[in-house]
Amino acid sequence: MLKAPALEARARAISKELRCLVCQNESIDESNADLAHDLRVLLRQRLMAGDTDQQAIDFIVKRYGDFVLLKPPVEPATYFLWFGPPAVLIVGAVGALLFVRRRNRVRAEPAPLSAQERQRIDVLLREPN
Amino acid sequence: MRRILFIVPIVLFLAVVTYFFVAMRGGYNPSVVPSAMVGKPVPAFDLPGPPSPPNYAGPPVKLGFTNRDMLGRVVVVNFFASWCVPCRVEHPVLMGLGPSANVPVVGIAYKDKGQDAIGFLNEYGNPYVAIALDESGRTGIDFGVYGVPETYVVDKQGIIRLRHVGPLTAESVAREILPVVRALQVQP
Repeated sequence: MLKAPALEARARAISKELRCLVCQNESIDESNADLAHDLRVLLRQRLMAGDTDQQAIDFIVKRYGDFVLLKPPVEPATYFLWFGPPAVLIVGAVGALLFVRRRNRVRAEPAPLSAQERQRIDVLLREPN
Repeated sequence: MRRILFIVPIVLFLAVVTYFFVAMRGGYNPSVVPSAMVGKPVPAFDLPGPPSPPNYAGPPVKLGFTNRDMLGRVVVVNFFASWCVPCRVEHPVLMGLGPSANVPVVGIAYKDKGQDAIGFLNEYGNPYVAIALDESGRTGIDFGVYGVPETYVVDKQGIIRLRHVGPLTAESVAREILPVVRALQVQP
């Protein structure tokens, strides 16, 4: 814990973005692991020493790699990760749209009457009541 | 055209299944964090040694060392701790590693007290030519250690070439560690 509330708030915000390497699905903010504690202390020391948020994050990423970021960076290796789900959604939406439109068109335009049918209708319509 | 639309999902499904099957069969362990330090220089450190050397019959052990002490030869760096249970599992393998590959193995006791680390080595044997203490765990963090034991192979220029997470086994030494050590030893 830092005495300066502004610094402590920054430390808390950053530590929510960093993965605990031991438990892997927790951030170092919520993990009870020893290493998470050490990293929280380290983070506060970096901030006290005058690091910006980005510098403090980079310090830890340099040692543990992008894996330590709960939000992976957008770069060629992660394009599929970031843009894959929206791409699948768009493909699905376009497919669904085409399907629905085609189905409606089929319903809206029944097959034209054949000459025979026309004749029958003419006959029926001319019949006196 | 219609038939293709029906086949596409099946093909995609099979592709994904094949990918997972191959990836998992290849010994891929998703809980192992890829190292960011492989290919980078060993982080600078200057660590003290334990108060007394371990009792063992062999050449004297260097107590405390720095990253510069490792330059000029291929070195295996092993992070261990007396409180670490898997370290006891890998210890017999570690004992054989130095002699079998003619490579110096150095030990860094991670978040451990000097006496405890020496007690551990007195009980199980000493595989190290040099021992240092990382009581704060800060050097461990600089290496990217996230749990002991971890083992690093460092080349003659002081560049980290390999990181192994978890206890060494005879198989992982033969398959991973030794080929890298031997290849680096013949390089200038």
